[in-house]
Amino acid sequence: MLTYILRRLALMVLVLWGVTLGAFLISHALPSDPAAAAMGNNAREEQLADFRERNGLNKPLATQYVIYMGQLLRGDMGTSLRTQSGIVSDLRAFFPATLELTLVAVVFALLIGLPLGVIAALWQGRPPDLLARTFALLGGATPVYWLAILALTLFHERLGWLPGPGRLDVYSLPPPTHTGLVLIDSLLAHDTAVFWDGLRHLILPALVLGAYSAALLTRMTRSALLEVLSQDYIRTARSKGLTPSRVLGKHAVRNAALPVLTVLGSLFGSLLTGAVLTETIFSWPGIGGYATTSAISLDFPAVMGVTLIAGLAYSVVNLLVDLAYGFFDPRISFS
Amino acid sequence: MTAALTSESGTGSAVWRRFRRNSGAMIGLVLLVALLLIAVLGPFFVGSPSAQDLAARLSPPSSTHLLGTDQLGRDVLTRVVSGSRISLGIGVSVMLASLLVGSAAGLIAGLLGGWWDEVIMRVTDVFLAFPSLILAMAISAALGPSLTNVMIAVALVSWPTYARLIRAQVLALREREFVEAARALGSSQSRVAFRHLLPNSLAPLLVQGSFDVGNAILTAAGLGFIGFGAQPPTPEWGAMVSETRNYIAQAPWASSAPALAILITVLAFNLLGDGLRDVFDPRKGV
Repeated sequence: MLTYILRRLALMVLVLWGVTLGAFLISHALPSDPAAAAMGNNAREEQLADFRERNGLNKPLATQYVIYMGQLLRGDMGTSLRTQSGIVSDLRAFFPATLELTLVAVVFALLIGLPLGVIAALWQGRPPDLLARTFALLGGATPVYWLAILALTLFHERLGWLPGPGRLDVYSLPPPTHTGLVLIDSLLAHDTAVFWDGLRHLILPALVLGAYSAALLTRMTRSALLEVLSQDYIRTARSKGLTPSRVLGKHAVRNAALPVLTVLGSLFGSLLTGAVLTETIFSWPGIGGYATTSAISLDFPAVMGVTLIAGLAYSVVNLLVDLAYGFFDPRISFS
Repeated sequence: MTAALTSESGTGSAVWRRFRRNSGAMIGLVLLVALLLIAVLGPFFVGSPSAQDLAARLSPPSSTHLLGTDQLGRDVLTRVVSGSRISLGIGVSVMLASLLVGSAAGLIAGLLGGWWDEVIMRVTDVFLAFPSLILAMAISAALGPSLTNVMIAVALVSWPTYARLIRAQVLALREREFVEAARALGSSQSRVAFRHLLPNSLAPLLVQGSFDVGNAILTAAGLGFIGFGAQPPTPEWGAMVSETRNYIAQAPWASSAPALAILITVLAFNLLGDGLRDVFDPRKGV
């Protein structure tokens, strides 16, 4: 087990190094001028030259990469060309908002997708199945930004049931930052009013972001469970006289968990893509919005920082998913 | 091609029979044929997508403007129909480009093995760990927002799936008798690849391909929505939703029509992909 984890960690370092190299090559080999983007169209040539000199943009590509990697190994991702502040501190400020949104979206996706998939499998071919499959099909094809616009218009503007964009009301005082997650920080500060405000602000964006994942989870849970339910050991369990709920809970769900787990791991990528679009519409101060603004202003060090953090998160999530396989299926050995 | 499908999933007519019995797949196919007809013939029957009638801005659907007009008085139906060419074009081009690059990489990795396999697989690992939309945004921003750059960007993040798929197929097929027989008869590496391995991998490629056209359309429309894709006044569906989003309360048709067009197109490709998977692998048709 330990050897497996160590081998995977070594592989993860290799992949992340590849991500830095890929991001660096793409961002530096493309014909664009970050200096002009940062200084504006009216900047004089000497101002641009000074900017390039200050930010090391006039050095050879290989030298720039060696400098970048040297900084990175010391935990420094460089300075944002746009905000002129450290990228690590920028990411520390923006990442928690995305993390909180994504985690709540995953919770919503699990709460909706798993039961719907189970219901669809148990009532295969009947109205509940049809409804669940329709949801799965529509959820997988609806543009997340349109869903976000519709949700905001209906539940915020028309019905007034839920608050609009942002993490908190303008009148709410943000809790002292410990984790950067509003829900946890407000609980740590014993501030229930801010907790509820934060939670109400999270509902719409997290539901919108989680919709695609919920749809995919419904599909996967349904098909995995149907596959398991047709196995001989389920027939044996039934013929032994076990109650349907015991057959489902003890035998079927656990065995159907592996394919669902695989999907959960791969969903992470689509959640991040969705987060970029959802954050744009809900004015959510996360790394999605940060990445968009950075890309527009050709702030490549910042884009590389976001790419690296996203790559790291993706690799960690997939490692955890692989390790979880062993929990659900003890036959899997990590040798 | 028929021979390949025959050996893996039944005769051609049996495959078609199974496909016809699959209602989802048939709905997908009919929708796709309709969309293709609209994309190919539609623009000949509607006017210019940029024609403005400021007096009729934000008009609701009527007999003159079947899907209403947008904030500049442009006919929404005309723009949606013209946009179908763009979106389908992006989806199919991206899929073909990723399929070509990915299949070549997968074939090399699977056939040559050793270091080739190791290096190519690690490169796919790296690309899979890349946040696709952010990578696409960076490329579009640096090269300048345009449709071509969107296609390059989306293809760049889509090819690894095909590489892995083909590699897995090659590894599974290369020990089979018919491949060994071809080798024993003196077939060259490339003949084995193109005459035997690739045709027998067609079924999973078709399934993945149809899902990927839908995915590419969604990603490209997402890029268009945040301003990295086609620029106004190009009637790209994602950009159209973005341009009209502030008018959703007064004129919901203006942003809903292109959004529904994206939804229906992606739905059609997903239904087709689902159907093809069930048809080629009946065990999964649960």
